[in-house]
Amino acid sequence: MNALGKALLGFWGSSIGKKLIVAVTGVMLVGFLIAHMVGNLLIFQGRESLNDYGYFLHHFLHGWGIWIFRLGLLGAFALHLVATIALVRENRAARNTRYAYDATVQAPRSSRMMIWSGLTVLGFVIFHLLHFTVRIDPDLAKMKDPMDPSRHDVYGMVIAGFQSPIVVLFYIVAVSFFCTHLNHGISSLFQTLGLRSEKTRWVTGKIGIAVTLILWLGFISIPFLTSVNLLKDEGVPEKSAAHGSAVETISES
Amino acid sequence: MNLTLKVWRQAHATDTGSIQTYDAKDIPEEASFLEMLDIVNERIITDGGDPIHFDHDCREGVCGMCSLTINGVPHSKEKGITTCQVHMRKFRDGDTLWIEPFRARAFPIVKDLMVDRTAFDRIVAAGGYIDVRTGSAPDANSVPIPKQNADASFDAAACIGCGACVASCKNASAMLFVGAKATHLNLLPQGAPEKDKRTLALVRQMDAEGFGNCTNQYECEAVCPAEISADVIAKLNRDYSAAAAREAVAD
Repeated sequence: MNALGKALLGFWGSSIGKKLIVAVTGVMLVGFLIAHMVGNLLIFQGRESLNDYGYFLHHFLHGWGIWIFRLGLLGAFALHLVATIALVRENRAARNTRYAYDATVQAPRSSRMMIWSGLTVLGFVIFHLLHFTVRIDPDLAKMKDPMDPSRHDVYGMVIAGFQSPIVVLFYIVAVSFFCTHLNHGISSLFQTLGLRSEKTRWVTGKIGIAVTLILWLGFISIPFLTSVNLLKDEGVPEKSAAHGSAVETISES
Repeated sequence: MNLTLKVWRQAHATDTGSIQTYDAKDIPEEASFLEMLDIVNERIITDGGDPIHFDHDCREGVCGMCSLTINGVPHSKEKGITTCQVHMRKFRDGDTLWIEPFRARAFPIVKDLMVDRTAFDRIVAAGGYIDVRTGSAPDANSVPIPKQNADASFDAAACIGCGACVASCKNASAMLFVGAKATHLNLLPQGAPEKDKRTLALVRQMDAEGFGNCTNQYECEAVCPAEISADVIAKLNRDYSAAAAREAVAD
């Protein structure tokens, strides 16, 4: 193996190398979340804005764009997962005996359940992808934009997708748990990337809380406002049972 | 004052060990924590038992030899002091105290509360030094050092290598110790030429000893008797990334 290959293998084999991989992929994933939230908030501008955005995502770079983006995201997600699982295994091995009197001086609870909050995120992401990306529910999959039946009705799908209180509750609980992961993760980024110092120490934790809070409010607002009927699909008169037929008539016409 | 002690007793390195209960009666509140253990040990010896073994040396808070955890916290929950500097007046009459050794795979138990901390010596031997003779203390200002570097290096050099950082860390990580050693030498003009080599060697030895990885909970910083800031860990991360990158691509 050449020197570069050896160096890369050594980097992966080292504790700090894996931590850096977790931090850099974490930055990418947080960047994605911010973009995703901003895109989601277009729902408050109405059907046209959100559906335009959905159409753009699926068609930029002749449809290749979204796949390049998805592969990059999948790669970051996989690396983040594999490196953290390797780190957790090393950490458990390093502290192989427990204290009979186990005390914690200052570590916040969220920082101590990162692996569990992270694995919950994995479960949530799988559900969320099946719900709104793969769209295993045929009623959601076949919705067409009433103004342009050639394209998918993202707006109607989101509102129809949040009609079940159980689904809404699941999203709110899962996103909240996700945010405990983000709170510790975002403030930790600065430490692992070597950006924490006497000058920046006061602000790194605050950035973690602020970004997490903004993401939490942005993501939660849509299922919450839909569930209390403040955000509704006025373009389709009858929801749930009726939306399928309403859409079909439009798309067939 | 009267106390109940729950003490980890382990006859030798491969013994399973267990918590044993001792009554510590009539302890003067001006006694130090280690003197309290001395008193208990004298009574155990008088009764023909095996005294509780624990590490200690200077008993002045500077050597870094005393260890053990008091109610799960290395050197007790008092800030910025070692076990030998904890006095019994910090506890209340009737308290139950749990006394255990530092727990980490890299710090195997020798007996009772004594642990083998030579992993730290091997880390220092891997890179915690300057290769050339730097001579005796130079004349003031003959080697210019920026004030903030001198201060940060001096703060890091306060580390006494006791291992409380490892003991308190949920992952038994030694990054506060290694960060302190790297920061101490990397910031000084005498240490700067070997910065990359030192940082890589320290981190590699740290990993080889079986310490865990930092998860940024800063338990180490909270218990450190020398009050070393976890900023040294951020600096270690930064120095290591730069050193690893230069090693991969530079001559």
